[in-house]
Amino acid sequence: MSTTTAGPSGETWDQTLVRVFKAHEIRLITYVPDKVLAPLIRLLHEDPYFTVICPAREEEAVGIVTGAYMGGLRGIVLMQTSGFATLPNALASLTLPYQIPLLMLISERGTLGDFQLGQVMVCRTMRPILNALNMEHYAIERQEDVEFIADRMIKQAYATQAGAAMILSPLLTGRVQRPQPGARHA
Amino acid sequence: MHDALMSSLRRDEVSVMNRSDLTRRLVARLAHEEAVIGGIGHTHFDLWAAGQRPQNFYMLGTMGLAIPIALGVALAQPERKVFALEGDGSLLMQLGVLGTVATVRPANLVAIVWDNGSYQITGGQPTLTANGVDLVAMAKGAGLAHSVWARDEAHFEALIGLGLQAREPLFICARTDNAPPAGVTERDAAKIRSRFMEGLQVSTRGNQQTCAGAA
Repeated sequence: MSTTTAGPSGETWDQTLVRVFKAHEIRLITYVPDKVLAPLIRLLHEDPYFTVICPAREEEAVGIVTGAYMGGLRGIVLMQTSGFATLPNALASLTLPYQIPLLMLISERGTLGDFQLGQVMVCRTMRPILNALNMEHYAIERQEDVEFIADRMIKQAYATQAGAAMILSPLLTGRVQRPQPGARHA
Repeated sequence: MHDALMSSLRRDEVSVMNRSDLTRRLVARLAHEEAVIGGIGHTHFDLWAAGQRPQNFYMLGTMGLAIPIALGVALAQPERKVFALEGDGSLLMQLGVLGTVATVRPANLVAIVWDNGSYQITGGQPTLTANGVDLVAMAKGAGLAHSVWARDEAHFEALIGLGLQAREPLFICARTDNAPPAGVTERDAAKIRSRFMEGLQVSTRGNQQTCAGAA
């Protein structure tokens, strides 16, 4: 693959997101793992700025971030597409009626070459659900857009007390070339 | 923890008590603006009926998320004691949270489960606890060392006293009867959230200031 999605400064999307989270004082990270999100999750665990919690289900993460927000601590939920599919009840009966600015970062699986059948079928439900809930969502497809989109969506979520879903497209995450541990650089 | 209070009673060895009564006993002991998250259904109805404290949060939906929400509040405000009130049917939907709380180990969280063995609000269908599922045993298995059945009202009150002083998470189960709740919560979600945040002295003004200068 010829394209690497690194910005002018050489940042990759995960590094940019860590910077944006800090700029908005998002200190609480909750996640249910995803292979694509793994580099970001590793950075967050390594950084003492963040409190990182990995509960058993995405619904739990939504509850934790909701409680933290009401207590004055900003947080975000990281998940993959199939994890989002478990959330409509928690969104429709908790974060939407109570006007919680729930931030979600969703790794978009099941499209553009994903071989996992379970991911492929559930992927088709994500945008219809977000639209049915009338939730702000936007896919990030290029490294040069990561900061702009994440920063603006976070600002808007808090300013309007409405949740938002940042979708990490394979157009962004699938193009990053990372050195393999132990590999020799040419 | 106080060993004498942390009995090893099983579910079938404890008194069946009344949820409204126990909720009032809990609220009567709260003198330091402790936060209380009232889970969906009759659990928050009785919390409402015990007096509308600004530090109460009433859940109009979302079975199983009272303890996760309380965990979030506890993380945000480590100096404030936080209570979660949840029903057995709701906790059964989100058992993973027991392991999450055991892993995070918040010093200021007390989770209380009212176990009446039934989905009382939907017509009294039996929950799994009516068939022998023991939520205290599950909590212990999840790693919550301080998990206990309340033997009777006096023991429950003593456990609340213990929870107020504890520096580790405490999990209390109480068997309750199927008497109706003592009131009905006002169903205005935005108002509930707004009052709760004021009760926790959290302002949303900073949210708007994020966009300072924008028209």
